[in-house]
Amino acid sequence: MKEKISETAKMTLTKLPIGKDARVTAVNGTGRVTRRLMEMGVIPGVLVQVVKMAPFGDPIEVRVRGYSLAMRRSEADAIEVSV
Amino acid sequence: MKDNGHKSQITIALAGNPNAGKTTLFNSLTGLKQKVANYPGVTVERKEGPWTINGKTANVIDLPGLYSLDATSLDEHIARDLITGEQAGVPRPDAIVAVVDATNLERNLYLVMQMFEFGVPVVIALTMIDVFEKQKHEIDVEMLATLLKTPVVAFNAKTGRGRTELAAKVNEVLHTTPTVPYVYDEKEDEAGPHGRIFARYNFISQVVQESVWHSDQKSHRLSDKIDRILTHKFFGLVILVAILLLVFQTIFSWASLPMDLLEKGFGAFGDFVRAEMPPGILSDLLADGIIAGVGGVVVFLPQILLLFLFISLLEDSGYMSRAAFLLDKLMSRVGLHGKAFLPLISSFACAIPGIMATRTIESRRDRFATIMIAPFMSCSARLPVYTLMIATFFAGQTVLGFISLGAVLMLAMYALGTIVAIAVAFVLKRTVLKAPPPPFLMELPPYRLPNLRTVFQNMLTRAFLFLKRAGTVILAISIILWALMYFPRSSQQAAVSGQPTSQQVVLPESEQLKNSFAGRLGHVIEPVIAPLGFDWKIGVALIASFAAREVLVSTLSIIYNVGKDENEQSETLISAVRDAKTDDGRPAWTPLTALTLMVFFVLAMQCMSTVAVVRRETNSWSWPLFMIGYMTALAYLGAFITYQGGKALGF
Repeated sequence: MKEKISETAKMTLTKLPIGKDARVTAVNGTGRVTRRLMEMGVIPGVLVQVVKMAPFGDPIEVRVRGYSLAMRRSEADAIEVSV
Repeated sequence: MKDNGHKSQITIALAGNPNAGKTTLFNSLTGLKQKVANYPGVTVERKEGPWTINGKTANVIDLPGLYSLDATSLDEHIARDLITGEQAGVPRPDAIVAVVDATNLERNLYLVMQMFEFGVPVVIALTMIDVFEKQKHEIDVEMLATLLKTPVVAFNAKTGRGRTELAAKVNEVLHTTPTVPYVYDEKEDEAGPHGRIFARYNFISQVVQESVWHSDQKSHRLSDKIDRILTHKFFGLVILVAILLLVFQTIFSWASLPMDLLEKGFGAFGDFVRAEMPPGILSDLLADGIIAGVGGVVVFLPQILLLFLFISLLEDSGYMSRAAFLLDKLMSRVGLHGKAFLPLISSFACAIPGIMATRTIESRRDRFATIMIAPFMSCSARLPVYTLMIATFFAGQTVLGFISLGAVLMLAMYALGTIVAIAVAFVLKRTVLKAPPPPFLMELPPYRLPNLRTVFQNMLTRAFLFLKRAGTVILAISIILWALMYFPRSSQQAAVSGQPTSQQVVLPESEQLKNSFAGRLGHVIEPVIAPLGFDWKIGVALIASFAAREVLVSTLSIIYNVGKDENEQSETLISAVRDAKTDDGRPAWTPLTALTLMVFFVLAMQCMSTVAVVRRETNSWSWPLFMIGYMTALAYLGAFITYQGGKALGF
């Protein structure tokens, strides 16, 4: 998995500007949360978009596979994307 | 597969993602003939009802809402066991009706992919198709069925579309074995541990691509517009607070009329029984023990109904998850999940449904932390205690000339409970339940108009469960308490002490209580509660209320009614409390005592039913015992500080 990461600065979902479309390149981690993220449809290749942030900047709302998924920044940090 | 002949009834499992319209479909199929119970040993609700298929009655089991069958949460575990036939007491389903939301096809189909793997035939009920088509998208239902190799029926509960067809298709697939439509070979897998998930989704993407045409126009849907306001950084929070205020205002004001009626009704019923029956133990038991005891609990029914009305409306409309979204940052600072918001709010009505609602929190430690603090939320059972104290000692008084002192005190009690809850959660999450910040993955479903039938049915179910509790636990406690205060009869007592045993000599009723088992217990604990300003009679009421808080009021009325022999004017409970004297003739109650009692009630774990639910939810006795222990200690400390502090300040 690791060798897929390019040398250029990794873009994670947390850093993706609001409203910009991006494609997931990797979902890092091995635990239950990672698995649940994937089961909810966040897998490499899928299109995602950050819709908005909650009042205190966390969690964020992510549009994926036509529905809205809320996640904390800590979870979004594990999702690598390319614009 | 063959039917063995002895299995007369067909079992159908209904499964689907949360918010896919599963409950609406279930209600539409089974009507009002539903049964709600729990799976043995856990509090996952088990709903079932009859559905006529091809002239025969099938039993439909409504599984909990699921995203996956991988058994990582309790709900998923039960659903999986049920489908594989390993869930005790439930036969293996003959078919699964998979509820799939057409507007959210890809993720909904993921669960269906897993269902195929269990070898039970699947029929897909496609819901929300009207919404989907209104958005100018198109879906080829036949193509979908062909690609998935399983029947697909478009279903609309409102119009009844697809109901007959669904039954026909289910009848068709019975005794068949489904084909897993996607290819996945574990040995050839190079995608790592999540290869199967990728395979499922890759297949789903293909299916959706071939059967669905999305409209090009980027429609700014109404749901998005609403959401922009309701989750706005500033207005979103303002609206949230406003909604909470509205809910509380309604619960307190609208509920009071039916509550008064119920109270009067039970009072009249008790009087009627007393008048119609020959005096004696039986009439005393019925009127004072059973009718008064159960009536005192049933009075809360209007409040519970209203709260569940609001919870159902908020949940079904999609707002509840927005509230969790808005509040997660605040909640996580204390160490709780945003989802803990709903259980904690529910606990303001009753900790029992609140604790049951913690099931949605996946992390065990977060869930337990939420359970441990839920009873601090001032539940409706505390209301009569607060109300009695305020009505007796603080009625008609104002703060700053226009704000009712009662309202201020009431608010203060709610605030005290909430603040202590936050503090305890903070401590628990840093000690016994230490864990890294919990994950937060939650769907934000589109806003929808709640289905009134679903809301109504949900309300009725809750009401029924509550009444069942009142009819069992509370009934038993009422009888036990009545007996504790009724026995031993004082005439027997007189015989023991060598006085004339003539039955005509009836001792004053206060003497009867003093000598009863409850009275003796009250005397035993008097030295312990004396620093709180409580005499032994309040002690008796306290002991009784450890079973259920609301019992305090009925116990006080029994205590003071029994002891009313000296002042015939003290008919009502309020004046009875106000006029009550300790054994040495001082007033038993002062405003400070009342306040101390209220503080005690905010903090103490006085509800056997909650203890029982915590025992079930945590599957151990140590958690409920820990809960009783630390809450009682906090309550004593809080009451001690209030009373001694108040005395020092000259009250």
